[in-house]
Amino acid sequence: MSDLHHHDHDHSELSETELRVRVLETILTEKGYVEPAALDAIIQAYETKIGPHNGARVVAKAWTDPAFKTALLEDGSKAIGTLGHVSRVGDHLVVIENTPQRHNMVVCTLCSCYPWEMLGLPPVWYKAAPYRSRAVKDPRGVLADFGVTVPTDTEIRVWDSTAETRFLVLPMRPEGTEGWSEEQLAELVTRDSMIGTGFPKKPGAPS
Amino acid sequence: MNGVHDMGGMDGFGKVEPEPNEPTFHAGWEARVLAMVRAMGAAGAFNIDTSRFYRETLPPHVYLSSSYYQKWFLGLEEMLLAKGYIAKEDVAAGHAVQPAKPLKHGKLGVGDVERTMVRGKFARPALAPAKFKIGDRVRARNIHPATHTRLPRYVRGHVGVVELNHGCHVFPDSAAMELGENPQWLYTVVFEGRDLWGADGDPTSKISIDAFEPYLDPA
Repeated sequence: MSDLHHHDHDHSELSETELRVRVLETILTEKGYVEPAALDAIIQAYETKIGPHNGARVVAKAWTDPAFKTALLEDGSKAIGTLGHVSRVGDHLVVIENTPQRHNMVVCTLCSCYPWEMLGLPPVWYKAAPYRSRAVKDPRGVLADFGVTVPTDTEIRVWDSTAETRFLVLPMRPEGTEGWSEEQLAELVTRDSMIGTGFPKKPGAPS
Repeated sequence: MNGVHDMGGMDGFGKVEPEPNEPTFHAGWEARVLAMVRAMGAAGAFNIDTSRFYRETLPPHVYLSSSYYQKWFLGLEEMLLAKGYIAKEDVAAGHAVQPAKPLKHGKLGVGDVERTMVRGKFARPALAPAKFKIGDRVRARNIHPATHTRLPRYVRGHVGVVELNHGCHVFPDSAAMELGENPQWLYTVVFEGRDLWGADGDPTSKISIDAFEPYLDPA
């Protein structure tokens, strides 16, 4: 391992990494293990197809369709599978509902498990040490880092994603949105509100 | 393994710093690393648990000082070397100079990319009845394997309550070591914040993990 982690101090860490990544892709391509065009397609899918807009549609649907909400809380993967317009979802997606009594937030203390299909690739902070270390011990302190305050009489429930189950928070519907369409409501649903480190936008607030 | 990756409850890492309007990738190479990991995994070069184990076994100072995708890259390269898909001679030459090794599922083509965008299936038929039912009190075992495990240190020895039963799943502790899938019952187990952290815990907090049956004893 030592020779692999040798650092050439004539180069910056970034350029060394960049070079090594390029070499590895060359080797894998020459050996016939990967097809660069397939790698391009994977990257393009993560950049364009998957993202929090998928989760936002699910949340907005749950806010407007009580039967769907019941099904979603019962079996997230199955319920989302019935929505043709949302990207495909893997098994064991568990949807957890925020209520005035309980605020949910999701973490992966061991690595970076996250509902990719619903939210896209996780942000850097979700994968970094400050969040992973503190979310389970001091969740209100972590929420304060996001400028979020949850009433002291509300239970904070932290879900540590330690297996191949994935968790999506169903935030509370903002007040003042009576009669709004699913499309309008989806605009209020933020990524962080589905992780549990934020709330949906309020009607009329700048986006 | 009791590595630095098992971060739950550690102090001193500072504030969480969200980045407004964060891009999907911060550099082109990050995207290439992600795509190579996905493509080689789909080709059957390794399973997800093995790939996690290789990141965990990076030396602690490397793990803590590397960015997320640097860890992915270092883990990938180590794993492909260890499994004989690439050789040190290839890396030194910057080209493939050693022969290739067959891939279990074959090279991932452009037409197969769509299926890699959905997570794999980890549920398996049960080999025995579940030992625990919802509402049971269980104690997380005080185990410290030097190999891969998904039982975080901060719950070991503590008592929680079974809240959900997810069925039988591939057991990461076995799969990571390539000892077979060894399916086990998987439960969501919830702990009181004060039970985990004592007086330093938040009395209004509850923390759950997803625990495989071999991680638990009746309490």
